[in-house]
Amino acid sequence: MFAAEGAAVVLADLLDERGQAVAEEITESGGQAAYVHLDVADEAAWQCAVEAANTRFGKLDVLVNNAGIVRTEQVLETTDRIWEDVMSVNAKGVFLGAKAVMPAMRACGGGSIVNISSIDGLVGTDLSAAYHASKGAVRIFTKAAAIQYAPYNIRVNSVHPGMIATDMVGTPGVGDVLDQRLAATPMRRIGRPEEIAYGVLYLASDESSFVTGSELVIDGGRTAQ
Amino acid sequence: MRLEGKVALISGAARGMGAVEARMFAAEGAAVVVADLLDDLGQAVVAEIDGSGGRAAYAHLDVTDEDAWQSAVETAITNFGKLDVLVNNAGIVRTEQVLETTEQIWEDVMSINAKGVFLGVKAAIPAMRAAGGGSIINISSSAGLTGSTQNAAYHASKGAVRIFTKAAAIQYAPHNIRVNSVHPGMIDTDMLAASRVGDVLEQRLSVTPMRRIGRPEEIAYGVLYLASDESSFVTGSELVIDGGRTAQ
Repeated sequence: MFAAEGAAVVLADLLDERGQAVAEEITESGGQAAYVHLDVADEAAWQCAVEAANTRFGKLDVLVNNAGIVRTEQVLETTDRIWEDVMSVNAKGVFLGAKAVMPAMRACGGGSIVNISSIDGLVGTDLSAAYHASKGAVRIFTKAAAIQYAPYNIRVNSVHPGMIATDMVGTPGVGDVLDQRLAATPMRRIGRPEEIAYGVLYLASDESSFVTGSELVIDGGRTAQ
Repeated sequence: MRLEGKVALISGAARGMGAVEARMFAAEGAAVVVADLLDDLGQAVVAEIDGSGGRAAYAHLDVTDEDAWQSAVETAITNFGKLDVLVNNAGIVRTEQVLETTEQIWEDVMSINAKGVFLGVKAAIPAMRAAGGGSIINISSSAGLTGSTQNAAYHASKGAVRIFTKAAAIQYAPHNIRVNSVHPGMIDTDMLAASRVGDVLEQRLSVTPMRRIGRPEEIAYGVLYLASDESSFVTGSELVIDGGRTAQ
């Protein structure tokens, strides 16, 4: 979607083959894209990713911190290892991403950072413990970064998807509660990835130039009740 | 175009944010009913849209009058065949603190800002159900999220809009009608000029991380997103457009 709207896009992931395939697809349809290997918990890897943007496309205007993992254990079943893994990818990964891009964004006069939190960053549920903590961390870290870098014209916002039709919903434990969660969703359906992407597009574009530190909830009404 | 084939009704569209939204919606392909108390200014917005190749009609609307809402919705249906989008934009501001707020001030503000939104939603929903769904955008305010040293009834009215929005969203989700609120911070309109008391503007700017007032277009783009099918899974949500003011 970003490429179709004219952006040059750096795709970053641990899954190299699939990432490269997306980059090729964009290039073949006339867009500009490059792929970089990125472990979001690795600060040096973030530097390489930002350098890839600078080298290939000359600057960096937008960062979408989208990478994340889910673990469904409740508090007592959450081991130290699970906690560390989830917080490392979902929370520290967002922090390291924001930290890595800010110098590049300052250099080009500003930018927009979109952090993908979740409705699990707004309310608790009977499922997941570390996941809630990590997404809550993203929610408030977003506001801190927004306030601290507003003077540099860098906007930072969070997006809070509800149940969206992705592989993550197929995670064991998540699929089991699908019916129950759908029953608690006023729109009575799962969202499509495009419905999140349009919100991210709005926040990435200059149309949202006075929006910073805000939460965009895209959840079919689930947390409005 | 992002609103191709849609019919929108915008209250308070004769000037300020409403007029900017009307022009933007028309440019994105919507047929727009410009509704206001200010007939001359409203007709001028319609003429301007017509002149630039868009489609628009004017409806005189006192948002506290249920019959006037019926007429406004009928204007949409008569002229353009249906109603897909309602923007409850009309509002007034009074800056008195609690002890200075008379009953009359309270009634005036709540009547226009809160009851006006309720009546608009109530009038639009049957037409939207007939059209297979729709999107309602209620303009609340950052003053509907937090308190301040200024205003009492205004805060109450915008808080009412915030939560009424969520109730309507949940109740009409089965009919494919989405209802969301937008929360502008300080925006460069006549209302801001009217609500400037002493050095309040400078004080508020000093607590706005982006250190500036927003432009009406910056609200209109958010309203456009919520009006369009791009936000098809968004309902009961709050879109805050305030330069970071309420993030702290």
